[in-house]
Amino acid sequence: MINSILGKKLGMTQIFDERGRVIPVTVVEAGPCRITQVRTQERDGYEAVQLGFEESRRLKQPQKGHQKELLRKEKINGHSQEFGLKYLREVATTDVTSTKVGDTIKAGDIFKAGDVVDVTGTSKGKGFAGVMKRHNFKGGPKTHGQSDRRRAPGSIGSGTTPGRVVKGLRMAGHMGNERVTTQNLKVVRIEPEKNLILIKGAVPGATNGLVLIRKAVKRTTDRSAESQ
Amino acid sequence: MASVLEELVQPMLKKDLPEFGPGDTVRVGVKVVEGTKERIQVFEGVVMRRRSGGINESFTVRRIAAHGIGVERTFLLHSPRIDKIEVLRRGKVRRAQLYYLRGLSGKAARIKEKREA
Repeated sequence: MINSILGKKLGMTQIFDERGRVIPVTVVEAGPCRITQVRTQERDGYEAVQLGFEESRRLKQPQKGHQKELLRKEKINGHSQEFGLKYLREVATTDVTSTKVGDTIKAGDIFKAGDVVDVTGTSKGKGFAGVMKRHNFKGGPKTHGQSDRRRAPGSIGSGTTPGRVVKGLRMAGHMGNERVTTQNLKVVRIEPEKNLILIKGAVPGATNGLVLIRKAVKRTTDRSAESQ
Repeated sequence: MASVLEELVQPMLKKDLPEFGPGDTVRVGVKVVEGTKERIQVFEGVVMRRRSGGINESFTVRRIAAHGIGVERTFLLHSPRIDKIEVLRRGKVRRAQLYYLRGLSGKAARIKEKREA
């Protein structure tokens, strides 16, 4: 059983639940994904499947060649066009025997409302960020005769001993634009015919970004549902 | 792509809402759950503002409660907890947000009625 799907973040909105409460949701257009390759223990040394998502006709020749059997051909204005899948990602799975290249995976097949999922995406790039934004430092005092210290990091080490700055010290630098996983998000609703998943709360990345939705690693049921 | 989101919340939007805006006096029926029973609580006052749009749209109602204490409540326009909105009086105002009402009381806080031409 494959427990992951690729999707595109469409943005956030809010919906009302049966008690009239507001739930903030992120809408993700998830799938349909197709299996473009199967990795087996004998041949590759590990088991996984490669999922392909989002049709595009602007693929390079090697990309097209990789998914040769899966290309969809269509005539547009008299020109024959080939549609391939733009994004390819491997996901681990325990049984590769029941899957084969060309299989289609849809959001409704894997997830249902109430499931708990982990969502992986690429966070929004923040550029070169100072320590207050990047590491939640407190900054310096605003008063008591301070100048230029408001957003400063403070001391970065001792004096002559050890005479250097320890490795790994948190400092200013590039922030964002990295792989981020948010765990234990609740699936509020699924719209199988539109391939939409509504996930409670925020999801890493910008609108139109690629996200990977996976069954939660740490939890299988939603705890908040039971306590109510 | 925003259209997909709009389409998604479309069924949750109310279609039978009365037209009202800042300066109008309204009576809002709010569903409140007390234990197991549900009843309608009425909140009546002047609409101070309407903000945002789509499913997020909300409005704020100000009323003067006992001892001249001003009470403001903000409601989500499309919330299923809002039972009914009744327009009692149309006010003539020249602002979209009537924050100036907060500084006024008594006679000064009155709003002229809008005369339909």
